[in-house]
Amino acid sequence: MVREAMLQYADIALILVPLAGALLSFVLPRAVSLIGIASAVGITFCALGLTETLLTNGVRQHLVGGWGAPLGIELRADGLSTLMLLMTAVVGLGISLYARVWFRSEANKAIWFWPLWLLLWTALNALFLAADLFNLYVTLELLGLSATGLTALAGSAAALGGAMRYLLVSLFGSLLYLLGIALIYHQCGNVDIALVAECLSPTSPSWAALALIVSGLVLKTALFPFHFWLPPAHASAPAPVSALLSALVIKATFYLLLRLWLDLFSPLAPQLDSLLGLLGAAAVLWGSLLALRQVRLKLLIAYSTVAQIGYLFIAFPLASVGMSAWNGALYLALSHALAKASMFMAAGNLMRHAGHDRIRELDLVAQRLPLSVTAFALAGMSIMGLPPSGGFVAKWWLLESALQQGMWSLAIVLVVGGILAAAYVFRVVGFAFTESPVTHEACPIPRAMEWIALVLALGSLLLGVFVQPPLEVLAVGTPLAGGN
Amino acid sequence: MNQWLPLLVLASSLLPGLIIFALPEHKHRLRTILNLTGALLKLALVLGILWGVFNQQQYEVRLALLPELDMVFRVGPLALFFIILSSGLWLVTTIYAIGYLEGSPNRSRFFGFFSLCVTSTVGLAMAGNLFTFLLFYEMLTLTTYPLVVHRGTAEARRAGRTYLYYTVSGGALLLAGTVWLYSLTGTLEFVPQGFVSGLDASHHQALVVIFVLLIGGLGVKAALVPLHGWLPKAMVAPAPVSALLHAVAVVKAGAFGIVRVVYEVYGVEFSSSLGVAYPLAIVAAITIIYGSMRAMFQDNLKRRLAYSTVSQVSYIALGVAIVGPIATIGGLVHLVHQGVMKITLFFCAGILDETLGIHKVSEMKGVGRRMPWTMGAFTIAAFGMIGLPPFAGFVSKWYLSLGALEAEQDWVILLLVASSLLNAIYFLPILHAAWFREADGPWPHERELGRYETALALLLPPLVTAALTVLIGLFAAAPLTPLEWAKLISIREFGRP
Repeated sequence: MVREAMLQYADIALILVPLAGALLSFVLPRAVSLIGIASAVGITFCALGLTETLLTNGVRQHLVGGWGAPLGIELRADGLSTLMLLMTAVVGLGISLYARVWFRSEANKAIWFWPLWLLLWTALNALFLAADLFNLYVTLELLGLSATGLTALAGSAAALGGAMRYLLVSLFGSLLYLLGIALIYHQCGNVDIALVAECLSPTSPSWAALALIVSGLVLKTALFPFHFWLPPAHASAPAPVSALLSALVIKATFYLLLRLWLDLFSPLAPQLDSLLGLLGAAAVLWGSLLALRQVRLKLLIAYSTVAQIGYLFIAFPLASVGMSAWNGALYLALSHALAKASMFMAAGNLMRHAGHDRIRELDLVAQRLPLSVTAFALAGMSIMGLPPSGGFVAKWWLLESALQQGMWSLAIVLVVGGILAAAYVFRVVGFAFTESPVTHEACPIPRAMEWIALVLALGSLLLGVFVQPPLEVLAVGTPLAGGN
Repeated sequence: MNQWLPLLVLASSLLPGLIIFALPEHKHRLRTILNLTGALLKLALVLGILWGVFNQQQYEVRLALLPELDMVFRVGPLALFFIILSSGLWLVTTIYAIGYLEGSPNRSRFFGFFSLCVTSTVGLAMAGNLFTFLLFYEMLTLTTYPLVVHRGTAEARRAGRTYLYYTVSGGALLLAGTVWLYSLTGTLEFVPQGFVSGLDASHHQALVVIFVLLIGGLGVKAALVPLHGWLPKAMVAPAPVSALLHAVAVVKAGAFGIVRVVYEVYGVEFSSSLGVAYPLAIVAAITIIYGSMRAMFQDNLKRRLAYSTVSQVSYIALGVAIVGPIATIGGLVHLVHQGVMKITLFFCAGILDETLGIHKVSEMKGVGRRMPWTMGAFTIAAFGMIGLPPFAGFVSKWYLSLGALEAEQDWVILLLVASSLLNAIYFLPILHAAWFREADGPWPHERELGRYETALALLLPPLVTAALTVLIGLFAAAPLTPLEWAKLISIREFGRP
């Protein structure tokens, strides 16, 4: 009975559990980390339950309170959203466990971290489940605000500056999105995605809406050249926050863009995909080159995120034939989430151990934390796209569709991007093998923090071995099939 | 059972490797037991498979990985040839490495990666399609990097960086070529006579480019000129690593891949008609001469040996590219012969370094009297490299020459004569100095290691491989020698008379 009920309401629970957790942790600051972990575990179970129902019963639609569109809140879970929910649950659980240990020494920050993080999680889950444009806007705002709060958590001048920039960009992006929605509402009198899809036509109001929405989301996803806000924000936050910003928050806006693109926009603007692909290619090269030049480890990882976002957008022009390009982009999003979270955690361990994250001086630290360096290296395999890893599978698919369609320049970018990634990953990993004497007196790191990073890194490698299960989930009722 | 054996062969080094990583540094006895058990077990499994393959058994495993693209392990005669080489020499090298690294730091890390390196080598040997080959080829890059930089000195890290630049770029070329090929053919399965010849003639230009990409990617590891730059630098690695890199794992993986691509992806007749085999032969010829020329001028012993590898490994590519059944046998058999001989030379170089502190050729005067066994092994291997009968190298050169005559490419004979001459020029002075000159003074850094001229764990491996060099040369026509097995491959795997 309980099990059935759980399966029945898994989607609503995915929103209510973190929301309740967030509210509770505001009220009970003493038990924040306990509440946080409990919510994380609960969410993970709900996500698994949702996956199970999805695989047996197909796409789920849920009218909250029995009210359908255009008035009520409608939740919809297909393969794409379920995969994103699962990704968020797994990585989120890892981040929660990590944060519990991380904030043990900073209790004054923990009482802010947990409610904000759970709110952010609520926003993420709601975003993946929402089926109308206005609710999507609400989740987007909630996401942006809670993420800004988390970014400012470190309290340093750099963190506040980064957070401020992030806040402005995020608000501006949401504003563009909202304007686009207003135009669509004016035109169609509706915000349900399925209904709007029928009403949009290749006319100037639709194009204006499209331009506004896409640019708002591209700005929030930090696609080149709108990436300027990302490195300072991601690099100055505390390690668990950096991890969740880079691994999850970016993916949410990308998901939204992808969803709207597939359902609404791709027939409207056939040329726009090449522009997005071009920007993506530029992001891969520019982000990787800047990552190579960074002096600080966390900035290196943040620029690596800029580069990896580029790969996601390279899929747009490739997707006109077959589905391997979308599969590649989504697979990259999944493995990047695991790998990048792991990298930021490993960097956090190194940084806390040493008291700094200057790459040149890491040799004294790297030998003391072999597990963290291993985690960094394994996650790096996925980022470089070397087998066996999810990153390799993703790159295989992207490269395959690029070569099939004779898009040589994109193929070259994909290959070169991998080489550059290897260069910046090994800039760091090389320090594990230096022979410098270990004289450094340093802050001890709890083993748990190292292990969590390692487990997430291993997860990104396992994605390269077990490819079928995620594909099966993705295949349920998604508009990816057949190409648009 | 036949399904499980290839996986067990992989596991016999993968699992010990993973366990060794977790072992604390001081548990050296347990680590030694794990290492040796793994190596012996692998050899036993491989010999079991050898018997099966000899009796026409099939060994194949398919694991679904991507939709429509499986991870395939298939042990045919060719795969087995390489596996026997690597698992046999792995056992010897493990013993040597245990002796060599006694008392040095980070041994758990070293032996962990050492085992993973052999796992990757064996995996790529058993790969039944280009996709699986690519997976293990890339893994080999990643698992050898820590071995190259093991010492952690600034020089080692520079060499490691060079190694990575070359091999990661090479891997990228191979990836691009493989994916492109797949998008044209929809299959990557290795088959006799290749699988691309059926493609429409309009694709032939693309096929030439793909061939260049694939050979470029493989040529980095096989150290074809001008992609060889990493190899002489990588000799800063500890001697057992150099031995492994030059004889078993990395360089051989590249050469083996070239054999696979020419024979079982393109098919040798088709690559000849496509006009890509002849240029490959030219590149191999240039590499052979260039490597020897550079070797002559190196005073550092290991660097000289490294350039010698650059030269010698290209015999394999040459034999493959000559496009004739006998030349193929010569190239294939050199895969094993060069491995056995070169590993002996590196073992000996490591012993000289460890026992007497000798790094340079100019320091080797009179060393034959101080270490007769070591230099005896070195001499046999050097004679083999020059191609004197009855040592193993002679057999390779003999078959290469015969094959060149058969394929009416007479210039190859000249090339082989010139190469032998150059080999003699850079090896004979070493032997002369070692045996017939008096030592200048005390050795640079002498240590007493055991009752014999050096530690037994160091001395035995080169003696074994030197003995092998003599035996497989003398009894080349006996059953189950490398030569006979190469003939078997030529008949069964490539479908030649």
